[in-house]
Amino acid sequence: MTAPLLEVRGLRKFFPIAKGLLHRVSGHVRAVDDVSFVVREGEALGLVGESGCGKTTTARCILRAIRPTAGEVLYRMRDDRVVDLAPMSEADLVPLREDIQMIFQDPFGSLNPRMTLFDNVGEPLLVHGMSSRRARLDRVAEMLGLVGLRPEFMHRYPHAFSGGQRQRIGIARALVTGPRLVVADEPVSALDVSVQAQVLNLLLELQSRLRLTFLFVAHDLSVVRHICDRVAVMYVGQLVELATTEAIFRRPRHPYTAALMRAVPVPDPRVAGDDGILPGEVPSPASPPSGCYFHPRCVFAEERCRREAPALREVTQGHFALCHFAAELDLACASHV
Amino acid sequence: MHPTPTATDPLLRVRDLRVSFPLDEGTVRAVDGVSFDVFPGQVVGIVGESGCGKSVTMRAILQLIDPPGRVTSGEILYRQGTEPIDLVRLPPRGREMRALRGAEIALIPQEPMAAFSPVHTVGAQIIEAIMLHARQDGRKIGREQARAMTLDLFRDVGISMAAQRIDAYSWQLSGGLRQRAMIAMALSCKPRLLIADEPTTAIDVTTQAQILALLRELQHKYQMAVIFITHDLGVIARMANYVVVMYLGRVMEEGPVDDIFHAPLHPYTRALLRSIPSLKTETRTALPVIAGTLPHPFNRPPGCPFHPRCEDMLPKHCATAVPALHELGPRRSVSCFLHSDLAEPA
Repeated sequence: MTAPLLEVRGLRKFFPIAKGLLHRVSGHVRAVDDVSFVVREGEALGLVGESGCGKTTTARCILRAIRPTAGEVLYRMRDDRVVDLAPMSEADLVPLREDIQMIFQDPFGSLNPRMTLFDNVGEPLLVHGMSSRRARLDRVAEMLGLVGLRPEFMHRYPHAFSGGQRQRIGIARALVTGPRLVVADEPVSALDVSVQAQVLNLLLELQSRLRLTFLFVAHDLSVVRHICDRVAVMYVGQLVELATTEAIFRRPRHPYTAALMRAVPVPDPRVAGDDGILPGEVPSPASPPSGCYFHPRCVFAEERCRREAPALREVTQGHFALCHFAAELDLACASHV
Repeated sequence: MHPTPTATDPLLRVRDLRVSFPLDEGTVRAVDGVSFDVFPGQVVGIVGESGCGKSVTMRAILQLIDPPGRVTSGEILYRQGTEPIDLVRLPPRGREMRALRGAEIALIPQEPMAAFSPVHTVGAQIIEAIMLHARQDGRKIGREQARAMTLDLFRDVGISMAAQRIDAYSWQLSGGLRQRAMIAMALSCKPRLLIADEPTTAIDVTTQAQILALLRELQHKYQMAVIFITHDLGVIARMANYVVVMYLGRVMEEGPVDDIFHAPLHPYTRALLRSIPSLKTETRTALPVIAGTLPHPFNRPPGCPFHPRCEDMLPKHCATAVPALHELGPRRSVSCFLHSDLAEPA
């Protein structure tokens, strides 16, 4: 087993709810509420959930785009020293930003339309002290080649490119500083089906070629299953299940994970799909239900689930679930993703 | 109510529809010869990637093409009573088209947030639609009666606490409830044809499963014909009886849903199905991809629009001639030279 590159411990991010004329804080949205997991060097960890579950907030805390309310984000540097990113100042974070980069969802919004590809992709190099234009030209050309674009395109503007090509440009920009950890937030969800496969293949190829570690934030389970070694499922700010991809799809241990898998429409008309549809809606992280957050929608819920919040426990080796009955429930046939 | 149609007559016949947008940079032929039928009580899925013309086809049926775009040729025959009327010939802002739109042919748009007015309650907007269409029919429905009908609709589409939700504004509702309210509005005049344009694209998966199940249930209950537009092959498989696959403004193939997924004929459909990750694909291995990218709309390839990306391209034919939509059997057609008798190239 490889050493953890990143360890998130007890991560919390609360956003204040301001009310009235004086903007008095009347409560908090508990966007991320006590989340812990490890990302091992060289693996792809999928962070899955529906909108509002806190997956993107978790990613933004790791990238330190926002400051966590509590908890630790422990990053192991190239010299094996472990630093906590959570309390660090902006200035102290700058050298670490070379190491931790991000691929964005929207290939249209994430590139500056007034900058050429050279400036878009090359800017991180400038920020990190590569002042020679010649050196930057060479590096950007190399990166464009790596993501399957012609280096001659370097002096064009983003509008000349399709969605899939722009996502390649975004990938080139994320990788130009030679990062070790790449956080990809829904990198293919804005793309057409035929282009999605091309970009997924590119990410897999780059991961093995550059020995990257991926934190892959996504809502599409079939995409996550294809690209990730392990999957973490979030619901209302909490981590509800974490296991290897193989284990979680073979036998999910949390009823929410099973319901999420069943909800994905299968591209086969011979598969009936209307059974076991999850009733109700995702509760607001500002006022979550008592006990287990999932109990109002759970068909297996008992009195205990209403009263007592479950703790994340290891059901089998490396398979964690946040459910009182994780060991007993048989959700094996739930998945057809 | 409406006269019961015989099952053999299509409710809607689209024949060789062409829509172009003359722009400064050139003319975009967004829909370039599309034909399909919609039978009463049946769900037709139109599937394709961005730029394939699926949404423009839908807007053409409703006569909602924004200028400078216009229908350049073709027919959209809608059967009202016994005589089919050609919607293309009706003035888009005329009385006849306005009486059809919403009442006979209703739309569920992709973004319910943008479709509802934020300054009127959702109830008021549905009540207005019911009263307006009743007036056009020469009937009279009072506000109280329309409100009672709206409450019934809310219960039909599974909105709990309907009496409170009817006076809510769209921005006070969750995404799932908002889409349910939109469905209630679309059904308010008991349409015979419902057009659903990516109705679950902006919605989370567990809510999507609920909305899809609801649409199936309502389609069955009201016996409506539905045109279901989506890019998601999983959604199509769950919803449609009959599928039209589009690419760059043309129909690649059409047929019963089982044929499209289990015996696809067109190389585009086959490649598209192969490229989606599923249980059958090996994890963490390269997926089979469709080579190249979607051409820019100003830069349509000559011949078959798919030929530059096609694995089975026939050099003598595909690059020069456009394959016609060739009928192979009842309700099964494909536009590909691999499946039609080839004339010797000139």
